[in-house]
Amino acid sequence: MADRPLPARTPAASRLAEGPRGARPRPTLSRRNILLYGTLTVIAAYYLLPLYVMVVTSLKGMPEIRLGNIFAPPVEITFQPWVKAWAQACTGLNCDGLSRGFWNSVRITVPSVILSIAIASVNGYALANWRFKGSETFFTILIFGAFIPYQVMLYPIVILLREIGLYGTLWGLILVHTIFGMPILTLLFRNYFTSVPEELFKAARVDGAGFWTIYFKIMVPMSLPIFVVAIILQVTGIWNDFLFGVIYTKPDTYPMTVQLNNIVNSVQGVKEYNVNMAATLLTGLVPLVIYFISGKLFVRGIAAGAVKG
Amino acid sequence: MHSVSVRDLTLNFGSVSVLKSLNLDVEEGEFIVLLGPSGCGKSTLLNCIAGLLDISDGEIWIRDRNVTWAEPSERGIGMVFQSYALYPQMTVRGNLSFGLKNQKLPKAEIEKRVGRAAEILQIGPLLDRKPGALSGGQRQRVAIGRALVRDADVYLFDEPLSNLDAKLRSELRVEIKRLHSRLNNTMVYVTHDQIEALTLADRIAVMRGGIIQQLDAPQVIYNRPANLFVAGFIGSPSMNFLPGATVDGGRSFRCGDHTLDLAGYEGGAVLDRPSAILGLRPEHLDLRQNPEPGRSLPAVVEIDEPMGADSLVWLKMDHRQISVRLPVERRLKPGMQVHVHVDMSKASLFDAATEQRI
Ligand SMILES: Nc1ncnc2c1ncn2[C@@H]1O[C@H](COP(=O)(O)OP(=O)(O)O)[C@@H](O)[C@H]1O
Ligand SMILES: [Mg+2]
Repeated sequence: MADRPLPARTPAASRLAEGPRGARPRPTLSRRNILLYGTLTVIAAYYLLPLYVMVVTSLKGMPEIRLGNIFAPPVEITFQPWVKAWAQACTGLNCDGLSRGFWNSVRITVPSVILSIAIASVNGYALANWRFKGSETFFTILIFGAFIPYQVMLYPIVILLREIGLYGTLWGLILVHTIFGMPILTLLFRNYFTSVPEELFKAARVDGAGFWTIYFKIMVPMSLPIFVVAIILQVTGIWNDFLFGVIYTKPDTYPMTVQLNNIVNSVQGVKEYNVNMAATLLTGLVPLVIYFISGKLFVRGIAAGAVKG
Repeated sequence: MHSVSVRDLTLNFGSVSVLKSLNLDVEEGEFIVLLGPSGCGKSTLLNCIAGLLDISDGEIWIRDRNVTWAEPSERGIGMVFQSYALYPQMTVRGNLSFGLKNQKLPKAEIEKRVGRAAEILQIGPLLDRKPGALSGGQRQRVAIGRALVRDADVYLFDEPLSNLDAKLRSELRVEIKRLHSRLNNTMVYVTHDQIEALTLADRIAVMRGGIIQQLDAPQVIYNRPANLFVAGFIGSPSMNFLPGATVDGGRSFRCGDHTLDLAGYEGGAVLDRPSAILGLRPEHLDLRQNPEPGRSLPAVVEIDEPMGADSLVWLKMDHRQISVRLPVERRLKPGMQVHVHVDMSKASLFDAATEQRI
């Protein structure tokens, strides 16, 4: 509409006939705005309220909690529940809190993320840029793998891990995470690398660069955003995993989520709601921190994958 | 010794045959332009020479070496792409030296070559910038520089100027020509722009549908097109085509009620052909007041388009449109009766059935 050619008229007359230009200024308190922001506030409160309850509860002592007013702010702020959750809370088996699970989770997440991203990015690169014989078939099978419900594979993998002697070890779980991350990550990287102009790749070939030189010197430096996306997906996915953790590891190698569950569900003595809340918050902290650090890059990477260029 | 020799090259994409048993010999130091409409297989041919596509059949020789299965980097070629294809995260210096580092050349040698290319292309001040901070013309210079530092026997250009605006395009065109006369390397240059082809080439290969239609010097391509396609593709506005027949044992061309004398025609034996096509370039025609039997055709002026140096006059002749290029001083009024005088020595005659030049 804006660039429709206007019939020749005197400037003043045409401006009058055209009416005012630009978007109509809206009153800040229009019905539409009240409705919009009202709805948003209600929804935000709905999501924030549980978090609020958790935070205040974790800062109260048990006597205060027993008063039963879960929305009241703490009268006397105490960090004792956090300390206990981290270092002393008991599961049925041990009493060294979440710290054990935290370090297990770190030992699981870091290698899994590095391994899965390293392999998947090379996979995606090979599939996008080096169309070898059967690459389409390989890709189809891989994508199909993403849609198999993994409950089906739980038990076969137990057997597999037992056969290769990794059942119950951290490395067994790392292997499982690496494999299960493969389809979606490969797809992610393949789509990103396909959007890299083909001539760039040809130029590098004329310049004598081989498979790995092109990968490390050209593709990886161009692809920081997509690596960030992959890191976020994997860190949150693996950190939050419970099912694989509980199945493929043993009590002394349980990841943090499983440890949390065991602390919260342990039935000795009274339920320490404040400790449980603190433990839950601690467990959720890592993905939260990741989101805050890399939110901008994440959005950029997602956009770059979706739009060419 | 041929610099590049393409022998019976066939290339199929799946069941689609893009290049069909194509032959092309390029002389040492020659500037060959591959010209043709989009999709005719020019880039495909260039990529085959560069080794970026696996060919289906045939051989490729560069400097008497069979390179059919050699890696692109081992063929002694440098290549410039349409989209520049600069490595975005490297500086200009990094772009120029990337290939040399892969060759593991000593540092001093790399410095020397980069410096020389930068001097030739006047990109010295840009060496420490990233491609994103360069204009289109500068990027293409860098891309040419990246090919130059390779000290290749053969340079391949794939429509290097088509992403630039008209002014830059003509500037860089001159520069490429200057580069060729300075380096004297063999160049194979792909374009769909006939001006580029006519100005740059020693020889032009006009392609259509994966087949080279004609391979000749620009003047020959222009004046003696081998077939109807080449005749129509080269020249702007396009050649005028008059369908008709040759009669009197090949001495005359009959078009409707009119007859033209073929005495001055330079070509093969004309003979009597029931359907022939006479091709006349707009600049080889003249308009006069008086008819000349056997040498002119009557027509009516439709539109006169002055274009600065000359003007283009569009005429109607037996419901057929004809264009004539005249000096701009000669203004003609629409509706005027005129006679189109034909210089038969510059005309082209085609057999309508085979579409080949007679
Ligand atoms: N990778 C490919 N797969 C299938 N067909 C292709 C491929 N590349 C090019 N073609 C086809 O080959 C023909 C020639 O392409 P190309 O050489 O790029 O033409 P141009 O003369 O415009 O450079 C086109 O019809 C194109 O559709
Ligand atoms: Mg092309």
